[in-house]
Amino acid sequence: MGRLLQTVPTVFLVTVAVFLMLHLTPGDPAEVFLGDKRSSPELLEKVREDMGLNRPLHVQYLSYMGNALRGDLGRSLQTNVPVLEQILNRLPWTIELAAAALMIAAFIGISVGIIAALYHNTVIDTLAMALALVGISMPVYWSSLLLILLFAVQLRVLPAIGQGGIERLILPATALALVSAGSLARMVRSSMLEALSQDFVLTARSKGISERLVVIRHVLRNALIPVVTILGLMLGNMLSGAVITETIFARLGIGQKYVEAVLQKDFTMVQGTTLFIALMYVFVNIVVDIVYAFIDPRIRYV
Amino acid sequence: MSEVPVPPANLEYQRAGRWSLFLKRFLRSRNVMAGAIVLGLVILSVALAAQISPYEPTQQFRRHRLQAPNAEFLLGTDNLGRDILTRILYGGRVSLQVGIVSVAIGATVGTLLGLIAGYIGGWSDVLIMRFIDMMLAFPGILLALVIIAVLGRNLQNVMIAVGLSSIPVYTRVVRGSALSVKQLDFIIAAQALGASSGRIMARHILPNVLAPTIVVATNGVAGAIISGAALSFLGLGQQPPDPEWGLMLNEGRDYIRVAAWVTTYPGLAIMITVLSINLLGDGLRDILDPRLKL
Repeated sequence: MGRLLQTVPTVFLVTVAVFLMLHLTPGDPAEVFLGDKRSSPELLEKVREDMGLNRPLHVQYLSYMGNALRGDLGRSLQTNVPVLEQILNRLPWTIELAAAALMIAAFIGISVGIIAALYHNTVIDTLAMALALVGISMPVYWSSLLLILLFAVQLRVLPAIGQGGIERLILPATALALVSAGSLARMVRSSMLEALSQDFVLTARSKGISERLVVIRHVLRNALIPVVTILGLMLGNMLSGAVITETIFARLGIGQKYVEAVLQKDFTMVQGTTLFIALMYVFVNIVVDIVYAFIDPRIRYV
Repeated sequence: MSEVPVPPANLEYQRAGRWSLFLKRFLRSRNVMAGAIVLGLVILSVALAAQISPYEPTQQFRRHRLQAPNAEFLLGTDNLGRDILTRILYGGRVSLQVGIVSVAIGATVGTLLGLIAGYIGGWSDVLIMRFIDMMLAFPGILLALVIIAVLGRNLQNVMIAVGLSSIPVYTRVVRGSALSVKQLDFIIAAQALGASSGRIMARHILPNVLAPTIVVATNGVAGAIISGAALSFLGLGQQPPDPEWGLMLNEGRDYIRVAAWVTTYPGLAIMITVLSINLLGDGLRDILDPRLKL
């Protein structure tokens, strides 16, 4: 409950910031709205009147939020389609991509991290950490292009672009997952090493349980708790990383739409999408915190 | 190592000792040295771009379009017949500049906010941290994209956007360290002597939070290079015909089936640079602040 109250000011500030975006843009908001179209003084005045730009700022904010709460984020300046409708149309593709990437990152990152920790200070450990460092140092656009080059151009086993079907999901999801997999592997490793050095591990070993059981029952359980939080944070990075992967792989998700809107100066679209993604991210973080408190009884948000 | 016993009261001696210890560890760490050498080579070749390359970055050899690497064009040419190596060298200047300038912006503002939030506390702490929470609600590159959308797209705004969006990391790290340093005896002594808050923050707190900040900033340069190149890749930063690594990757994308080198080499340049900075940063973390684990 306390956790929820804590996010109230954050959500409020996010909405204010997104609302102010238009007003912070250099130049007259009405001109920004008209875009590159020719604007006469009369037209500008009419737009100002229609948009309510002549009213005090806080009144404008309240009416913007009132509309947003009713699901009205305005219409796209380019296509005149309601912003929310476009977002919801594209959302499934982005969620599909982010979820697949998260699963791949979790699978690679956790297994590499565990193996590195169990073979601490051996060649395997060094190799695993070198791989993790390379993963972290690979920008997502670079790994995307490399994967396309290898699997679509050279081997011709997977399609390079498009969406729909698992074969079109593998490459973009893997590209998006690599960076996160790298940092996850490092975190799991250090978390495992810490758990391995705890007294209860020594106790468990001295009881004569097999090493396998010690690791599975005692070490993993404790080492993977913080990983849950990290996975939640990573979902945010996946959402923003989707901006790039979707552009490269020509997937019509929110990220691709977002870049398009910024390039076309489609301001209502940018504003609405920004608000949507930010609030979604805040929500995901609350869920992660609640799950965290649930699996780790030592944590309590009062 | 024969070391002369140092009288504990002499601060100059102690300071020299700290630096030589740092240098000793720096030279002994294989990762740090590898990172530093590779990064040094990158900086050197980028700085000497005009001396290394016989061509201009935007010079077009129309008869030599999309040529594979050969003796004349060491890394091949792109669709307009421009020498890739030359463009990588000149483009690297832009990418490194973006990395350094944005970190300077983010680290300065972030550190300042963190000092105030951590040392002065109270309402300023609440306000600053709520503001930081708000920034963190825009994950990853999204915040930079929002700022670009507001300011307009060009290279200068890329540096501002990437810089501003990195503020939260520094504020959090500095605030955390400031909170723990604040309770130490020498700060209380300084307060008792009547030193102003500004003076205490600048002279006593700042030097003690510098180590973690440097570590974060080093890895931050790598992150800023990646983000800056990403924005140019998306068409929001450096504009053609001038070179920049992210932009080059994007330009080569259409020719990936026929001329992979147009994309491969700029990508490799980003990766080598980022990898060397990360090696350096990880090593610095082990040297400066062994407790800071990521």
